[in-house]
Amino acid sequence: MNRKDFLQLSAMGFGALMIPSSLLAGNAIDPAQALLEGMDVGMKKQLSDVALTAARAKGATYADVRIGRYLNQFITTREKRVQGISNTESFGVGIRVIANGSWGFAASNVVTKEEIIKTAERAVAVAKANAKITTEPVQLAPQKGFGDVSWKTPIEKNAFEIPVKDKVDLLLKVNDIALQGGANFVNSAIMAVNEQKYFASTDGSYIDQDIHRIYPFFNVTQIDKATGKFQTRRSLSSPVGMGYEYLNAAGNNKVTGVVTRYKDRYDILEDVKNATADVAQKIKAKTVEPGKYDLVLDPSHLWLTIHESVAHPTELDRVLGYEANYAGTSFLTLDKWKSKNFQFGSKLVNIVADKLQPGSLGAVGYDDEGVKCKEWDLIKDGVLVNYQAIRDQAHIIGLKESQGCCYAQSWEDVQFQRMTNVSLKPGTSKLSVDDMIKNVEKGIYIVGDGSFSIDQQRYNFQFGGQLFYEIKDGKIAGMLKDVAYQANTQEFWNSCTAIADKSDYRLGGAFNDGKGQPGQSNAVSHGSSTARFNGVNVINTARKI
Amino acid sequence: MAILKQDEAQALLKKVLAFSKADECEVSLNGREGGNIRYARSAVSTAGDISTITLTINSTFGKRTGRTTINEFDDASLEKAVRRAEELAQLAPEDPEYMPLQGPQTFKDSITYVPATAAITPDTRAAAVAKSIQVSKDAKLEAAGFLENTTSFDALMNSKGLFAYNTDTDIIFSITTRNQAGTGSGYAARGYNDVSKLDTFTATQIAASKANGSANAKAIEPGKYTVILEPVAAAYMMENMFRGLDARNADEGRSFMSKPGGGNRIGEQLMDEKVTIYSDPFHPELPAATWNSDGQPQEKINWIEKGVVKNLEYSRFWAQKKGVKPVPGPSNIIMEGGTASLDELIKSTERGILVSRLWYIRMVDPQTLLLTGLTRDGTFYIENGVIKHPIKNFRFNESPVIMLNNVEALGKPERTISVESYRSYLIPPMKLRDFTFTSLSDAV
Repeated sequence: MNRKDFLQLSAMGFGALMIPSSLLAGNAIDPAQALLEGMDVGMKKQLSDVALTAARAKGATYADVRIGRYLNQFITTREKRVQGISNTESFGVGIRVIANGSWGFAASNVVTKEEIIKTAERAVAVAKANAKITTEPVQLAPQKGFGDVSWKTPIEKNAFEIPVKDKVDLLLKVNDIALQGGANFVNSAIMAVNEQKYFASTDGSYIDQDIHRIYPFFNVTQIDKATGKFQTRRSLSSPVGMGYEYLNAAGNNKVTGVVTRYKDRYDILEDVKNATADVAQKIKAKTVEPGKYDLVLDPSHLWLTIHESVAHPTELDRVLGYEANYAGTSFLTLDKWKSKNFQFGSKLVNIVADKLQPGSLGAVGYDDEGVKCKEWDLIKDGVLVNYQAIRDQAHIIGLKESQGCCYAQSWEDVQFQRMTNVSLKPGTSKLSVDDMIKNVEKGIYIVGDGSFSIDQQRYNFQFGGQLFYEIKDGKIAGMLKDVAYQANTQEFWNSCTAIADKSDYRLGGAFNDGKGQPGQSNAVSHGSSTARFNGVNVINTARKI
Repeated sequence: MAILKQDEAQALLKKVLAFSKADECEVSLNGREGGNIRYARSAVSTAGDISTITLTINSTFGKRTGRTTINEFDDASLEKAVRRAEELAQLAPEDPEYMPLQGPQTFKDSITYVPATAAITPDTRAAAVAKSIQVSKDAKLEAAGFLENTTSFDALMNSKGLFAYNTDTDIIFSITTRNQAGTGSGYAARGYNDVSKLDTFTATQIAASKANGSANAKAIEPGKYTVILEPVAAAYMMENMFRGLDARNADEGRSFMSKPGGGNRIGEQLMDEKVTIYSDPFHPELPAATWNSDGQPQEKINWIEKGVVKNLEYSRFWAQKKGVKPVPGPSNIIMEGGTASLDELIKSTERGILVSRLWYIRMVDPQTLLLTGLTRDGTFYIENGVIKHPIKNFRFNESPVIMLNNVEALGKPERTISVESYRSYLIPPMKLRDFTFTSLSDAV
């Protein structure tokens, strides 16, 4: 699948964050091939040592090597038709070095001793060319070597081992339910990712990891013949760091209410039935009256607000200006952090970075520069206390070691600071969503993520959603449409007056978060329980052309 | 190895086709080499070299197609890849929309390849960036920028005798300069086929002047304003619209090009009569490939002519279903304009806002093409024909279709790039009335 195809999917409502053009690049392979073992670990270690030795011989003071095999499977359907079955494999080696105080990187898809030597030499040559125009040498936080270690996503069923036919049948069944229910169009897809990556560095680490992710999703469209207008409703699934077991949900994996939502397992057949009913209701829904509302935000929606307004501005490379030319900088400047009293949100707001959380997209054992993963506070009792950093930034915020936020989307891309899982902690007092809604006089309950946009320093944002329910005097009073809310990040998080307890906690996430030049894709989860925000500005998005 | 000449590509593809046992087989090659350099805080942050070549094989039995891709080119690997595509085809469900391959076509030569761009080295990239860093240092600004050059080739051959080949060079450069206090920011972006047109020194000077000029912006009330969009802002604003020029989505009733009551808007006056948008792969300022991935020739074609929808893309399947000729999607996008410079547009404005750049544009409603996003890197208040002062950034909620009904004047088209896709366009600066800003942003 190329970028154009993906953008067309996005236009149909398969939302994607900023998508780098290299998304899903790779070589198509047949499903059986995907099951074959990749290169032997011992061989990877030998070849890694060749790379590290060659880099040092040419003058590198530090080097790391990543030998990666990246498998993707992407099955797309619309109505009764399979649009595409794509299996891709990408195998190669990326070598990063410091020489003369500057970074250099080179990559090759030919993983032989001779080619690895040449690639290491190219990386050193790039570093030396860059050193001529660099004034400040790279300062790398110390990192102990771990020797030979490994980590694997704890999956139950490898999605690549499930026959393609089973997945196609499931998706066509999804489409059939939508069409039988009165939808005019339906698109559905399953994406599966397996990153088999081996990392070695001159610090003495040899790390073998096997990472799995999956994302099943659909989009149902219904056209109102009377007006010619259409509405859509996307799946309430999340991309997760799991195997095919994600698609096997039982009762205790579900959250019932005005619409059924899902915890750590997903029932796609039930959700599409509900979506088809929802989309018909959306067509008849009342258009929203613009104004101030108390918003009750479901985790299936709130993850994206956390992603854009908390997780991005706490990325240290943005704070420092490394992303100034593309993704932007951050309003969470170092002086606010140093003050130790910058009130990012209300006292209820506690936000953590966590690369360990089971089932999350960001969970790995070690990051892509050999740092062991951990959990730490970003916002504590509403106050900004930390950032997300990597080895060459740690010294700037007085850290003795990296927090482990380094990632590259493939062997052929250079690793750099990427967002980890960033989540809102649940409320500590017992509070259900129903009890939260009971106290709202004039509000909107929002489920599912929709349109999203935020400025380059992460102050001003606007979000849509999938389903909007009017709350009047403590009760759900029916569905609304044409809803989007706009707010200032700090004002919004300070307006947080209630967070449901841990029984409501769920993960949402982004399968393809884009950043960098050239653009790279990253997958990351954001957890929360339902939360309430008072007096937020809601606009009406209906227009005529 | 990554860039094959036409005869080398042709020989390789013929060899691959000779292995085919399928009813129909289509094979293509894509090769790419080049490099990039990224800098921030006035020093190089990342840099790399790329070199890749990929062969794609589509084998079809009846209406069942299998696809495989490989980057190994010895005979055994090529044959294995062909067999694999054929095995996948046998396993695939029938595609009711499959269209038989086309026979030989005539394609004109493109003008997309410039040898000087193909000859760029890591040292020439570093030298171009050094100039930019020096300008920023002299202006006491922090620089963050990106330079990337790519040389590529594409070749397509099928079992019915079609063959197509193209080479292309491309260089893009973007630069953001910010003052130390973080109160001013400026930007410039350039994209060319020909490296000799790239002047990183002047582009950085423009970014620096925007950074210094935008410091200490004043807030004005959101609302409807006359705006002047610079080409880099206008291109990004219209990119979603350019992607939506598709007849099928329109006929299915789920596009801004859908006609209320059914069908599409071809023939309808949808925009102001000053708006003409077309594609022309032979335009000297914005050359493009002369064939598409489906093996159809690309020619000059009008999409919007004097505000009237003239053409939409028809895939070969949809064209057959609708009984019309297939229309390939845009090879490039060129919007006609006038002769006025940006300065002249400003001079003719009694009260308005100059927008240097837009940011994070996302679709709010595909039916009306309502978009939201923000201004960035230099937003200025104009009064009585002069720039009075910088203003704080705004969030907008606006549809390019509505915007192009409110055209006051168009300036001289310039080659510019989208700040998100990096695709090049030829777009005029445009003066538009009643552009809708809905809130203020504190971002600089």
